[in-house]
Amino acid sequence: MSHSMLSTSTGSGPARTDTPALEVRGLGKSFPIGGLFSRDSVRALHGVDLAIGRGEIVALVGESGSGKSTLARCVARLERPSEGSILLDGTDVLKRDRFQASRAFRSQLQMVFQDPFGSLNPAHRIGHFLRRSLAIHGKGGRSETETQARLEQLMDTVGLQTDMLDSYPHELSGGQRQRVAIARALAVEPQVILADEPTSMLDVSVRIGVLNLMRRLRDEQGISMLYITHDLASARYLADRTAVMFAGELVEEGESLDLLANPAHPYTQLLVSAVPDPARAGSYDPVRRAELRQAVMASTSCAFDGDPDQPCSGDQPVRHQVGDPGNRHWVRCHLYRPRAGAGGHALAADPAAGPSADAGISVHAGPPASAHPRKASA
Amino acid sequence: MTVSQTSFGSHEPVLDVQDLTVKYIGDSRSTTAVDRVSFSIGTGEVFGLAGESGCGKSTIANSIMRLLKDPAKIAAGSISFGGRDVLAMSPEELRRFRWQDVAMVFQSAMNSLNPVLTIGEQIVDIFTTHAGLSRKESLRRAGELLELVRIDPARLKSYPHQLSGGMRQRAVIAMAVALKPSLLILDEPTTALDVVVQQEIMAQIKELQRELGFSVLFITHDMSLMVELSHRMAVMYGGRIVETARAHDVYADPRHPYTQALMGAFPPLTGPRVPLSGLPDGVKFRNIPDLAEVAPGHLVAPFGAGDLSIAHGTQATDDEDAALEGAIR
Repeated sequence: MSHSMLSTSTGSGPARTDTPALEVRGLGKSFPIGGLFSRDSVRALHGVDLAIGRGEIVALVGESGSGKSTLARCVARLERPSEGSILLDGTDVLKRDRFQASRAFRSQLQMVFQDPFGSLNPAHRIGHFLRRSLAIHGKGGRSETETQARLEQLMDTVGLQTDMLDSYPHELSGGQRQRVAIARALAVEPQVILADEPTSMLDVSVRIGVLNLMRRLRDEQGISMLYITHDLASARYLADRTAVMFAGELVEEGESLDLLANPAHPYTQLLVSAVPDPARAGSYDPVRRAELRQAVMASTSCAFDGDPDQPCSGDQPVRHQVGDPGNRHWVRCHLYRPRAGAGGHALAADPAAGPSADAGISVHAGPPASAHPRKASA
Repeated sequence: MTVSQTSFGSHEPVLDVQDLTVKYIGDSRSTTAVDRVSFSIGTGEVFGLAGESGCGKSTIANSIMRLLKDPAKIAAGSISFGGRDVLAMSPEELRRFRWQDVAMVFQSAMNSLNPVLTIGEQIVDIFTTHAGLSRKESLRRAGELLELVRIDPARLKSYPHQLSGGMRQRAVIAMAVALKPSLLILDEPTTALDVVVQQEIMAQIKELQRELGFSVLFITHDMSLMVELSHRMAVMYGGRIVETARAHDVYADPRHPYTQALMGAFPPLTGPRVPLSGLPDGVKFRNIPDLAEVAPGHLVAPFGAGDLSIAHGTQATDDEDAALEGAIR
């Protein structure tokens, strides 16, 4: 649509280096629920602040329903945020392109989705996807030879054979398809790639290869990434920093190794303790888990009480510094409680959880109008 | 691993699979999905079957349940369950065999619940159909069953969409053990679930296993999870078993290069960040020979010296097909 925007994208070189490649400020998103005339809404995101530096990979972890994908969809402009701002290269894109994502925006930010089987049209050859990306964003060069050279370079970058350009998606394995999806994103030379669970549908031995590819893109091309996953081990392997999301809000963030070695928030501790690890015998401790759950939902004390910089607060999501400031590791004050109804699945699915947790589920699933009478009879 | 190690070691195998070969027969060519696979599962034992998609592990599960459909054919081998020949069963025998003797929880089984029936109706159905109980008695048993997996019996009146994914999966597991089968087949029971829920489900299965004493055939590609739950395990590649041993021996001392690669595919949660590689480039195993014993109870398929080049933390490579190549020979 906006052709004038095209020039700005090609003209915008790396701006001031201290500007994050992508910054999200106070992002919020509510979805209306309960039919046409209902005024109820479920708060999927609230007050998310996150910055991704140049050439940095930030992992966003949390369980399903915690709002990770909603955040990605808002940042990718597939969903309109209810509040907050999104800054790409220091420019507020919600103000610049008010109604939908512009081509300039798309050439700066690309997405790689979870399902490589669904994200490639089965009727087209691999070459077609890459050519289209190049053509739409004017990155194909002046001649067919240049385009061809660029295609081969892209295939080489993602570790695929050039002759696969003539293959159809069904002829490729899942890992190869995901590499095509990454190549397609790379074709427009973006600064930021949002990768939403890019490896969760891939085979085990292939996953590491895709993670290694993402790491190489960061190192060689300086591409920033938001890596969304529920796999803490892969976040630790790939990401420079990790942010933990719970019930639509960030609860902890820090350098990946430090964060997973010293999780400060009970929710992060809950997640870390749930990862199967044969090296850690007897990792399942129901009593400890119950305590953690309790602490997540209704903590009565905060481990960082007496923080000289940030006094604890039950109303404001105060961020406490954890350990060495160099690690930029912070945790949300334990006293702060997520709003009722926005509680995560982890707590709702607790076998020992009482009726309060059940109420949480009915908000998430199903048409409430019909669900409630049945509930009452139960 | 918290399951008492004493519970296995019974010499009476519940399930004995010998030289099982399954072929997918096409018009022009056939594929051997499972190739001369043998293993047995003792009473109360948890046996894990690890491997990637396409290695034949689900085909084995379906063979045991006799659920294979054309073009899949059991070409050779035998499956015996408690001394009975599963492959020779009549349709009527099979009907009783399934669910009563062997129950199976499929991958993303929580989506296999009927959306228009309540959980209660679906569980009652099992008891009235398979055990011939009255409706009232069935309902009582259904309530007990949900309590067993720590779901409020009031949930019997809920529809599947009103439960979370983890609860649905627990309900499905409860249904699987409803008739007290002596073998439970779990085919990737937690792949579609979160880590937190996964851990809960696995703890639940361990507890049920301890309480009811059934044997488990546990199929997954997640080695960490498998080592945690299983007593013994086998690693499959291209339809063949390449290594089998006690789970902790496989974890502590993987011998076959493929097992090592599979172990190396999971980044650790502790220690320094070292570059990992999946299965390295160019390594493909063909014509995998029969297993040979390298240590007591630890059997490994002999492999060529050329495959030995795999080491942990070497140059990251981008291999994709190695695992699949073997399956589609």
